[in-house]
Amino acid sequence: MNIKHTYIRIIDSFYWLIRKHRSDDGIFTHKLDRFFLETYDIHKFISRFFRELFTKPFEFREIIRQSYEVGVRSIPLITLTGFVIGVVFTRQSRPPLVEFGAASWLPSLIGIAFVRALGPLVTALISSGKVGSHIGAELASMKVTEQIDAMDVSAVNPYKFLVVTRVVATTIMIPLLMLYCTFVGMLGSFMNVHQNELTSFVTFFESAFAQVSFLDVSAAVFKSILYGFTIGIVACYRGFNATNGTQGVGRAANRAVVFSMFLIFAEELLIVQITHWIAAF
Amino acid sequence: MKNEDQQSAIKETVISIRGLHKSFGGIPVLQGIDLDLFKGENFVVLGRSGSGKSVLIKIIAGLLKPDAGTVSVLGQQVDQLNDKELQALRLRLGFIFQSSALYDSMTIRENLEFSMVRNFKTLSTKEVDRAVDDVLDAVGLKDKINAMPADLSGGQVKRIGIARTLILHPEIMLYDEPTAGLDPITCTEIIELINEVQSRFNTSSIIITHDLTCAKETGDRIAMLQDGHFTRLGNFGEVFDTDDIRVKRFFDYNFIK
Repeated sequence: MNIKHTYIRIIDSFYWLIRKHRSDDGIFTHKLDRFFLETYDIHKFISRFFRELFTKPFEFREIIRQSYEVGVRSIPLITLTGFVIGVVFTRQSRPPLVEFGAASWLPSLIGIAFVRALGPLVTALISSGKVGSHIGAELASMKVTEQIDAMDVSAVNPYKFLVVTRVVATTIMIPLLMLYCTFVGMLGSFMNVHQNELTSFVTFFESAFAQVSFLDVSAAVFKSILYGFTIGIVACYRGFNATNGTQGVGRAANRAVVFSMFLIFAEELLIVQITHWIAAF
Repeated sequence: MKNEDQQSAIKETVISIRGLHKSFGGIPVLQGIDLDLFKGENFVVLGRSGSGKSVLIKIIAGLLKPDAGTVSVLGQQVDQLNDKELQALRLRLGFIFQSSALYDSMTIRENLEFSMVRNFKTLSTKEVDRAVDDVLDAVGLKDKINAMPADLSGGQVKRIGIARTLILHPEIMLYDEPTAGLDPITCTEIIELINEVQSRFNTSSIIITHDLTCAKETGDRIAMLQDGHFTRLGNFGEVFDTDDIRVKRFFDYNFIK
């Protein structure tokens, strides 16, 4: 039995339960219809990505071009955001630590906060806004102006050229941007600490990383890979399936951002929980 | 009529459609289309907006799936092909979109070589450059090679759209409203180009239009698509020699009676 039939059987079972409690107007079931159909479409879209990822031809040049778009072009925004968050977070954290006589713990707090949460989350949220909306709008615009159909009829696989390349680019570049954002954020933090306590660069970073474990770093990298994949696939899905002309382009960009941010928070919660379970072992 | 049937049997059929049905959201668009396109022929499909003309050629190109009926292109049933077979078939088809659908982030050169370099990997850069030059020469826009699509006029965009398909040397051309939105002089130029493409590259074409000048000048046979099927079929004179009020209105509007 193939996966489509299994999926249909699961949905049928859901419907059997729903029919027992449904309202007479059928609005509830209509919305569920759409939800399940979309879930199935997303599942097909993601499965196709993994199928196409490992089949020839490989669009290496386009992957590099997209990586440049996603990575290098995001550096100014990530630098500014990371630095400001580093400074603000340190300024806000100092008074309570000083009050408890634990000001020397500030670099460790910064290190843990940035590696475990701030670096990956800030990078992912900034990227979903900048990169996700860009990809969503670009593909949606190509879709409504029939450029994707034009690729199809000229015997070029548009999914491979447009989707696989962009998702690979976001999956590779978001973790790199996360590492950069963490560094820049801690640099901002160091400047604030140095201004107040005259701590040296080496001492600050030694203290900051003293409490950071291998699990923290690997979880952060894993999270960022997942966030990158999420941003890419959601934006591509929304863009690739856009309808209704220019209105559809705006909607695709908007949904790409909102839906990927929602998924990023959900994934963050899940990964934090899993990391805690692993750490408890 | 008998003579025409005998002629049809002698000519090589490149597209054969039987009993084609297609509907969207329960609304029937095509209801039993039968069509034979012969080698070297220009076949024009006339009809009002929303009559299903573009749907017909999108089904032929495999962009849409039919609800019922068979569509055979160059001896292969389109809806039965897997992705690879469909891709191979599409190399033998040229599809010119109503909007031309040029890739707006690429230059004209990149637009033209895009499918070529991906489908014929053994070609050298020199061979690709020569092919690009040849098709640009054929459409008379050699000087626009490094321009962006946004810098071109409507007529130039249509020409580049045609050049982009010609670079793959297709056997069949599918034109979706090639003269829509163009001024009369540019329309005439596009019509001349369609005829030139047919004679120079020996292509067979389906031309979707509601422009009767285009239909008259390019079509060897013309079909009128109404209510989901062909109500009139023949040469220009035969199609419009009728008392059908809808066909007459179509004619009167185009030629200002």
